[in-house]
Amino acid sequence: MAPVDMAAASHNDVNFHSEGPRDGTLKVTIDGRLDADTTGIIWRRAVSTIKAANAQNVVIDAAGIEYCDGAGIALLVQLRELQKRKGGNFEIAGLRPQFAELLNDSSANFPTETKGMPPREGIAEEIGHNTLEVWRDIQVLVSFVGELSVGLIRTLIHPRDVRWRDALSVAEAAGVNALPIVALVSFLMGLIMAFQAAIPLRQFGAQLFIANLIGLSMLRELGPLMTAVILAGRSGSAFAAELGTMKVREEIDALKTMGLDPVRFLVVPRVIAAVFMTPLLTLFAGLMGLIGGFVVMSSLGFPLITYYHQVQYAVSYGSLVGGLVKAFVFGILVAAIGCLRGLQTGTGATAVGQSTTSAVVSGIILITITDGIFALVYYYLGV
Amino acid sequence: MAKQPNGRPIIQVQDFTAAYDGHVVLEKLNFEIYAGEVFAILGGSGCGKSTLLKHMIGLYKPAAGRILIDGEDIAAVSGDERMKILRKFGVLYQSGALFGSMTLIENVSLPLEEFTDLPPEAIRLIAMMRLQRVGLAQAADLMPAELSGGMQKRGAIARAMALDPQILFMDELSAGLDPVTSADLDQLVLSLSHSLKITFVIVTHELPSIYTIAHRVIMLDKQQKGIIAMGTPQELRDHSRDPRVRQFFLRQTSGEHGTSSAQPNSSAH
Repeated sequence: MAPVDMAAASHNDVNFHSEGPRDGTLKVTIDGRLDADTTGIIWRRAVSTIKAANAQNVVIDAAGIEYCDGAGIALLVQLRELQKRKGGNFEIAGLRPQFAELLNDSSANFPTETKGMPPREGIAEEIGHNTLEVWRDIQVLVSFVGELSVGLIRTLIHPRDVRWRDALSVAEAAGVNALPIVALVSFLMGLIMAFQAAIPLRQFGAQLFIANLIGLSMLRELGPLMTAVILAGRSGSAFAAELGTMKVREEIDALKTMGLDPVRFLVVPRVIAAVFMTPLLTLFAGLMGLIGGFVVMSSLGFPLITYYHQVQYAVSYGSLVGGLVKAFVFGILVAAIGCLRGLQTGTGATAVGQSTTSAVVSGIILITITDGIFALVYYYLGV
Repeated sequence: MAKQPNGRPIIQVQDFTAAYDGHVVLEKLNFEIYAGEVFAILGGSGCGKSTLLKHMIGLYKPAAGRILIDGEDIAAVSGDERMKILRKFGVLYQSGALFGSMTLIENVSLPLEEFTDLPPEAIRLIAMMRLQRVGLAQAADLMPAELSGGMQKRGAIARAMALDPQILFMDELSAGLDPVTSADLDQLVLSLSHSLKITFVIVTHELPSIYTIAHRVIMLDKQQKGIIAMGTPQELRDHSRDPRVRQFFLRQTSGEHGTSSAQPNSSAH
């Protein structure tokens, strides 16, 4: 049956009728079925009738109500409260005893108006709040860096304390398993850059310099950056979700009361794994980018040896090492911020989602800022 | 019911106040828990039971006052001193909190691996014995996710007992478990209390469980932000004049029409 028909049918199940007000008395007759389906049909009319009548006395003739459930009782309670608030009299006549009992149990002794959302704060207030938030976040970050450093230094002194098995499995998940996506992204990046560069460079007969472009950008700039962004998306988020879930499931508390430091136990293995994997992934990304570039070069008729020599000539060891150093630092940042966000998780499933998002966003922001700092430092160092 | 042990006080709560963001939850609590007793913390939802427990195990610092475990204040020390106190107790969390990435026996072995120099085969043996004690020897190599709720709880008890603690804290021992499983857990607590003389501090609101295992109870109240009753469960049930306590023990509703609730069956003690 179509919903429209159903509404029409229900309409026939309940009748609402009002007389007056005459001599200050409004007489309302309700008969039929008052249930969750039918009550809605007469609710607005009933409420507006009572409001509009503004009568001293309201008498409801309920003798014709054959059935009345929670929804129907709610309507009667609502009408009663409306009338009471105006200081008038309210009477229900003829309601069957079983329904009357329900009604007596339902004193509306609770706030009927919900508080609603707190008032929106003004722009100035919002800026202030957010600034404070950022400031607190920086403080937490600084103290976390301290804790992490202590953890890592302890690792250097007592390498056997590290949970190497965890570190290895993280290394596999964050490193080995990331190879396909890193390969795909870098290969395509190399290919596309080379292709786009080939068009303008051909006008000058300078296609050979595509090799310089691809070599420098993939090994020194874009390779480390893209790898770190992929790491943030794949592993930073995973770290935050893992640790966040542990926090929600009280596993972090369990570690603490066992006397095991969560930073040493959970964060250090992840950071170590990420730190060793990121440079390797970056090298791999650079290689794949170069291969992508070569596909274009070879279609332009350059042999591999020419491409190889040109890249070798363009990319100094400094650039290569500089790229790897960046990757190393990005690895620490992404893993650390992922773990920090995980440990900061509040309660509930939403909180895990929030920390995961925050891990990726803060990871990418940190990577970008750090990349800028590196550009400056390398410029002054003449790398 | 075993008679109330008259041991030395192993936990002392002195003028303890707990607050979140300046909002006081518990105020000026004073009580002692004696070595070897099963001590239950009761109260309705939101009265601060779990808050009290989390302060006792040192996860939070008291806003005022102090909590002494075996004479030492866990909130006041750090490093090795704190470690020494932590070693004296085990904690059973509401959800069990077994580490999801490890098998059951790895969970139980973890504290042994981290804090002892025992050889691996010794650790495995001890861990297996703990698991056998809680009836989970067959499940040793399963992951926590493969265990039922009751098994997870028992596994968590085995882990909490790994280093032979003097005290076991338990947050909602039988939350979300069927009556049979929770009765099994009660028996486990009783037998551990009896054989190993472990002190139990249990947060709960399960009446049958309280009657079966608790030597003494305290009852907290949300409005009062403190203790409204202390004594044996029988004393509180039979002699307390406080309506809130009577309501709790006689399972009455808070409204005036709830007068006809069943009296708990007390023949078990």
